[in-house]
Amino acid sequence: MIALPRTARSFGWHVLCLVIVAVVLYPLVWLAFASVKPPDEILSRLALLPTRFVFDGYTKGWEGAADVGFGRFFLNSFLVAGLSVAANVLSCSLAAFAFARLKFRFRGALFAFMITTLMLPYHVTLIPQYVIFQQAGLVNTFVPLILPKLLATEAFFVFLIVQFMRGIPRELDEAAIIDGCSVYRTFWHVVLPLSKPALVTTSIFTFIWTWNDFFTQMVYLNDTEKFTVPLGLRLFVDTSSESNFGAMFAMSALALVPIVLFFLAFQRLLVEGVSTSGLKG
Amino acid sequence: MTTLRTPDPPVAPPASATRVRRRDRPVGRRRKSQPEAFAFLTPWLLGAVALTVGPMVVSLYLSFTDYDLFTSPKWVGFGNFAHMFGGDDRYLQSVKVTLIYVLVSVPLKLAVSLLVAMLLNTRRSANGFYRAAFYAPSLLGASVAAALVWRALFMGGGPVNELLAFFGWHTPSWVDDPQFSLASIVLLGVWQFGAPMVIFLAGLKQIPAELHEAAAIDGAGAFRRFRHITLPMLSPVIFFNLVMEAIHAFQAFTPAFVIGGGRGGPADADLFYTLYLFEVGFQDFRMGYASAMAWVLLVVIAIVTAIVFRTAKLWVFYDDAEDKK
Repeated sequence: MIALPRTARSFGWHVLCLVIVAVVLYPLVWLAFASVKPPDEILSRLALLPTRFVFDGYTKGWEGAADVGFGRFFLNSFLVAGLSVAANVLSCSLAAFAFARLKFRFRGALFAFMITTLMLPYHVTLIPQYVIFQQAGLVNTFVPLILPKLLATEAFFVFLIVQFMRGIPRELDEAAIIDGCSVYRTFWHVVLPLSKPALVTTSIFTFIWTWNDFFTQMVYLNDTEKFTVPLGLRLFVDTSSESNFGAMFAMSALALVPIVLFFLAFQRLLVEGVSTSGLKG
Repeated sequence: MTTLRTPDPPVAPPASATRVRRRDRPVGRRRKSQPEAFAFLTPWLLGAVALTVGPMVVSLYLSFTDYDLFTSPKWVGFGNFAHMFGGDDRYLQSVKVTLIYVLVSVPLKLAVSLLVAMLLNTRRSANGFYRAAFYAPSLLGASVAAALVWRALFMGGGPVNELLAFFGWHTPSWVDDPQFSLASIVLLGVWQFGAPMVIFLAGLKQIPAELHEAAAIDGAGAFRRFRHITLPMLSPVIFFNLVMEAIHAFQAFTPAFVIGGGRGGPADADLFYTLYLFEVGFQDFRMGYASAMAWVLLVVIAIVTAIVFRTAKLWVFYDDAEDKK
């Protein structure tokens, strides 16, 4: 190995990496082509490229189910994800500012409690939460999906923003206080703008996780009218007939588009965010 | 994590500060609450009480009852727990499936992510591209769409079947076979190796190159350097990834739901714990039993985490803890 010239080693390294890239990205490329293949070719031919391009899957899939178009599912998903992002950024940065900068009783204990909730399986609070929302008549609305975010229950993001705010030099907010800024204005005009990278990371991950979330949305949403994209796709879960494959893969491909776009736009930031904070993908 | 920034030390008060303020300041812990703090904390506190602590207490209570959401809970003592471990075969099946999944997918995923991270730990060009490409499935893989694709890839006559047949290994339809079905879900988990890989990569970059150089001069081969330098230096990161991935794996749901066709797959081979919990709670409306299951899950995760933390003393090496040995 060591005796190999550098260029040869480098070449071998690139080949190895490209092989892994091919394996890792194969399912996605396969999906992209499967969505435009004639239905009878999807499973039967190993070749990625279709013999002819067919867009029936897209038109058929877009019709959705039970008279509700797939476009509606997309709108619902965007609504839920968008509101979740706004709610999460607001509530988590408020709590994070208190933990990072303000003095209050039981701060250590409350912070420790928050860290503990990071490891809590969601299921231990699920049923009573469901009962609360059910009693309040809020099942089958988007409230149970967004309210928890407005109340900063996603400790991950509170922690992420706390860590970031701790890195902002204290002299800046002390100077603002000395100049007569209230704590609120210091938060709004000094610390929050400086925390932008953490807020952007929070926004992106909240969006992607909400977009992908299946369990909570399935628990709380019943009407086809209220369905989000994952619930729309769920209708294909029982599908094994080839006639539905086209629609299934077309809608699956569309469902991944927003995440792929986010990824392409924020790729560097996402990867940095993971490596510095230990965020899960 | 190793890369987190530590808070800046508080600024020392100027010498001219008054006596009273001085006595308050140095430690900085004993000052009384700022009234504004609770304004900032209110949303989080409300959530912690109304959506976390309160529901936890209630679900602990419900776990000792029969509750169907419409009639009031009926106390059954340890009945739910007794039924779980003596009489509910599907429950035991779900425990078995989940344990196999955790024990196989977590080590496999960590091994793959560590190997690829080591591969990427160079200064060559295009590094960023590879890193991004490997990371992509971590974002996409948790979705229903990805699981649907996975199911098609592993179906009878699908690409995986064809490819393996090309190499002379004729497998049944993976998703319909009790033996292979879980394996396809494990592979879907391993496919998402990008997130731990990125964390490993950050850890690898912090290992001083001198250590490797010195060992290489002393005649240590690649494997010995890996065993005696990389692994110990990386152990805090391995520890972190292990804990996070294990907690995550215990709660896997979407792939099992989709690949198992929504019902736990062939012969309940994909009946994950959370899937059974969902069925019991939200299809049969046996919410007392589901709460009991949730609490068992919590306790198991707590025990596993505690074991990992306990054994950490034996294998996790912290640079600054040398003198404590």
